[in-house]
Amino acid sequence: MPHDHHNHEHPHTLLPSDPALRVKALETLLTRKGLIDPAALDEIIDTYENKIGPKNGAHVVAKAWTDPEFRAALLDDATAVVSELGYYGRQGEHMVALENTPDVHNMVVCTLCSCYPWPLLGIPPGWYKSDAYRARSVREPRKVLAEFGVTLPEDTAVRVWDSTAEVRYLVIPQRPKGTENLSEADLRALVTRDSMIGCGLAVQP
Amino acid sequence: MTRVHDMGGRFGDGPVIPEPEEDVFHEDWHGRALAVTLGVGFLGQWNIDTSRHARERLSPQDYTAFSYYEKWMAGLADLMVEKGIVTREELAGGDILASDLASRMAPAAKVPEILASGGPADRPSDVTQTFQVGDAVRTSRPLGNQLIAGGHTRLPAYASGVVGRVVRFHGTHVLPDASAHGLGDRAEPLYAVAFPASDLWAQPEHPRDEVILDLWQSYLDPVE
Repeated sequence: MPHDHHNHEHPHTLLPSDPALRVKALETLLTRKGLIDPAALDEIIDTYENKIGPKNGAHVVAKAWTDPEFRAALLDDATAVVSELGYYGRQGEHMVALENTPDVHNMVVCTLCSCYPWPLLGIPPGWYKSDAYRARSVREPRKVLAEFGVTLPEDTAVRVWDSTAEVRYLVIPQRPKGTENLSEADLRALVTRDSMIGCGLAVQP
Repeated sequence: MTRVHDMGGRFGDGPVIPEPEEDVFHEDWHGRALAVTLGVGFLGQWNIDTSRHARERLSPQDYTAFSYYEKWMAGLADLMVEKGIVTREELAGGDILASDLASRMAPAAKVPEILASGGPADRPSDVTQTFQVGDAVRTSRPLGNQLIAGGHTRLPAYASGVVGRVVRFHGTHVLPDASAHGLGDRAEPLYAVAFPASDLWAQPEHPRDEVILDLWQSYLDPVE
């Protein structure tokens, strides 16, 4: 049997209940025990605030829009292709790319927790981790899309991918019309984080 | 039955509120809570399935009341006591004891390498792949971990006992139902399985919509 506690016996209840004080108490205890290095925590935070984020995914998408061989390889084996660009890592060990088309719109959720492709998109936004998104996106994806300002054509099917395993999904949004002359670098700026989760569209310039 | 975290399809949660990309951490303590959790994870005393299950085992009252990173901290504190990394007395502010695990502490210089190396979940397996892309399959019902009563599992309630079709084979992956409970990897074939929204929901939004889940072979039965 898993270790189920009576509510008042959960060890976490011994910590301060205010979350900022709670994390401070944990960090202080673990630092004094020699189990964590506060400088390593700074490094983790800096990595996900400043180094790893949706710009990585936008690079992959813009390249897929402009390079047919890259697009084909990405759809065939996304893990290998994004690894070559340096976007392998924690929470992105098994990648699959999903291409949105006029016929099919893909969107991604994790109803059981908050699985998300960190090396390509960074830390998930608050709404992705919210009960509302986890509960509703599988049952009423079109209503959820409307809350992001997205209305799909009536003949477009929605495929919602519930990330229940260690496979992480990256949505390749449709390339905006009239962008044939833009460079890959210019196209990157049109690729939003939400469009790569399937909750938005790429920006029409 | 599963637990409180299994909320796919639930009614009553209100709107989804979009937010700008710049807001990685809304509060300083959010980043700190994430970093402390990863930092303790670097000690190698559990795997991702163990830590997910620790959050799922929070009481339904706490799970519902806590924000995202509060769930992380509570799961971490509970798990650290269960694994003997800290004592209840230490959490309560008592004397701090030396730890044998201190030699495993990850210094700042190692962080980029650790984050970049990840932790792949695919493993060799002697379980034969029995389904092919295009096959019809039915998901388990009754729902629940087959090895441990109340244990960790990754089949959500809304997709239990439903017929779908295999759309991808992902190779053989660690079985969370075993891995979360120290029962080894027990790797087996993992598939993406598509279900018509009209077979999952009483009022589907559109006749062509589908929901796709990644499911292990032992969650699936053949459909003739």
